[in-house]
Amino acid sequence: MTSGWAFIALYVAVLIGAAIPLGRFIARVLEGERTVLHPVLGWLERALYRVSGVDPEAPMGWAAYAKTLLALGVVSVAIVFAVLLLQGSLPLNPDQLPGVEWTSALNTAVSFVTNTNWQGYAGETTMSHFSQMVALGVQNFVSAAVGIAVMAALARGLRQRQADDLGNAWADIVRGTVYVLLPLSLVLAVALVANGVPQTFSPTVEARLLQPTQDADGAEVTAQRIPLGPVASQVAIKQLGTNGGGFYNTNSAHPLENPNGVSNALQCLAILLIPAALCVTFGELVRDRRQGGALLTAMALLFVLFLVPTVVSEQAGSPALAAAGLTGQGNWEGKEARFGIEASALWATATTAASNGSVNAMHDSLTPLGGFFPLVLMQLGEVVFGGVGSGLYGMIVFAVVAVFVAGLMVGRTPEYLGKKVEAFDMKMASIAVLVPSALALVGLAVAIFAGQARPSMSNPGAHGFSQLLYNYSSMAANNGSAFAGFSANVPFHNLSGAVIMGIARYGVIVAILALAGSLACKKVTPPGAGTLPTHTPLFVGLLCAVVLTIGALTFVPALALGPLAEHFQPVAAEVAR
Amino acid sequence: MNTLLQSLRATLALTVVCGVLYPLTVMGVAQVAFPRQAAGSLIVTDGQAMGSELVGQPFSDPRYLWGRPSGTSPSPYNAAASSGRNLGPTNPALTEALAAQATALREAAADPALPIPALLVTASGSGLDPHVSPEAAAVQVPRIAAARGLDEGQVREAVARATTPPALGLLGEPVVNVLQVNLALDATGAGR
Repeated sequence: MTSGWAFIALYVAVLIGAAIPLGRFIARVLEGERTVLHPVLGWLERALYRVSGVDPEAPMGWAAYAKTLLALGVVSVAIVFAVLLLQGSLPLNPDQLPGVEWTSALNTAVSFVTNTNWQGYAGETTMSHFSQMVALGVQNFVSAAVGIAVMAALARGLRQRQADDLGNAWADIVRGTVYVLLPLSLVLAVALVANGVPQTFSPTVEARLLQPTQDADGAEVTAQRIPLGPVASQVAIKQLGTNGGGFYNTNSAHPLENPNGVSNALQCLAILLIPAALCVTFGELVRDRRQGGALLTAMALLFVLFLVPTVVSEQAGSPALAAAGLTGQGNWEGKEARFGIEASALWATATTAASNGSVNAMHDSLTPLGGFFPLVLMQLGEVVFGGVGSGLYGMIVFAVVAVFVAGLMVGRTPEYLGKKVEAFDMKMASIAVLVPSALALVGLAVAIFAGQARPSMSNPGAHGFSQLLYNYSSMAANNGSAFAGFSANVPFHNLSGAVIMGIARYGVIVAILALAGSLACKKVTPPGAGTLPTHTPLFVGLLCAVVLTIGALTFVPALALGPLAEHFQPVAAEVAR
Repeated sequence: MNTLLQSLRATLALTVVCGVLYPLTVMGVAQVAFPRQAAGSLIVTDGQAMGSELVGQPFSDPRYLWGRPSGTSPSPYNAAASSGRNLGPTNPALTEALAAQATALREAAADPALPIPALLVTASGSGLDPHVSPEAAAVQVPRIAAARGLDEGQVREAVARATTPPALGLLGEPVVNVLQVNLALDATGAGR
């Protein structure tokens, strides 16, 4: 238990320590400066521009930037959808898996392109090696690079003086992929193989069971079929790109996807590494390191605020364990022996703080409060580190809202980084904040009224509602983790999910780019006596308060019906007795 | 239209780089540097795969060390369909399942007062957990020794050999590999 807390402290220290140099490096990459990697990878960058027929120097206004990302999104969905439907006739399919059912294929295509990586299917029995690598793996890179690009565009909008140039979308995507995502993934993937994650084109291996067992019908089972594949390369980028879509059904809880404490620490670090680094990148891009530092501090504070009670709640054990007379040993249900309680609770917090969505334990079996905090982290809009790029642009929107709130209090026109925040900017910021929340709650309500909720719930009482709430919150936040007992792979949830994930990602991106475009055209006002400095502890506190308030106002009623009701159930029973 | 065409070309180019070159590079390094791990850490005896040291197997015979309950279907430790039990923390079905496994352990040990580690009656996240904690192994030692007619010390030694401490003392928990213990026990030839 002590070593669990020591691990958590080490984790946070290493995360912040690694984020600072990496963030500065990413800033140089996005600025098009030469780095140590350019002699090795420069040719690849240039080749990608040439083959794509794009001019990386051409300036783009916000509309052109948005149009490029939307076009790329549409093309990507089409390609992934087609590959999944046709995988039965494509190569690298040693287990001869058939094409994916169309609603599941569409859901999965949108899911991976939007960096959600919600998975209604079980990877090992659904996806061929070709689909994993060529369809899903590629989107793990591209969707993360798109997030970095949008963040860079917003930073340039804040830096720009009375011009509408936000940079070039192709250059941002290609540079983020070539110099940041690929090298980090390569290093992580090899480290994972060293720890036991497979990387092979072998078909499923059939092993003899030492002691034969029986299946549900009483028939004897003497063999174990172990699916293998190019797992390590997939897992590395799914962690680094805040994608989270696992090779196996149980994601990083699977012992072949995450074999030991070392692989677990590396993967868990990879969840938050780039999102944390991008705060530093932002400070560099707007030429004021203190601004990035303030955002990083706010994120770290909120993270710890949610992490500690999650860990404590899991250490305390669950009501079901207590009822079976097993107290004081922690909530082991759904957790792996090799990781332990604390590292599992840390992962649950990190994966929902970031929009990663990979899991190393089953969230459905977390304690009511252990599930509550990750759920709220998603509902806050994935701004506590958040997705690669998307977390930071979400947090910057909250910073804009925070200066607006502060401006209202003293009756001055609010400004952020010298740019006046006016009506149009607030409209875009509001859209970016409200769209995901609205999608989660409306989607949830529609599912209930359409009679599609109950049949998919696998647990009774308030927990059943938590399952539904968690799953719609996850899709609307582009997270992708699940209360996995919920039967999500049915046409209704597949199709409604595809719509929700698509709008949540691109609705927000377009609003952010419009905001960036509007800010770019404004002149920079020098700070005056009435300016609220945005790098002080006061502002960090205000920012955290705004994030928590908006999140709480939106979701408390729904939370009260799910995890909170479940938490207080045993307490109420105790009082009644 | 031009943007769509550029997007198509860019996606195909990125597919070659991220979807083909990248995984193949990892595969090349993996096959040379870590061929055993890359192939799934299989345990092979006389050309027959006996399992993977990273994938648990079901055990319910008193002569074997038991792993944790498994939530996979249709049979436990079905590696082709990893799954947790996904029972909620207040679900009465979970309480029943925990109690049933505790009873099974106590009956097999013929010891109604056997202390039950929570880890040993809860299902893992993957349903394929290859490990138990050293405590969860220790409570089973007397039963295994009796069933096989072995010295408790011999069983404890087999457990100790399959125990891995956490790296740096911090990363993860100490664990006992269940399949390795059972293969070692069978290799003694006792009680087969």
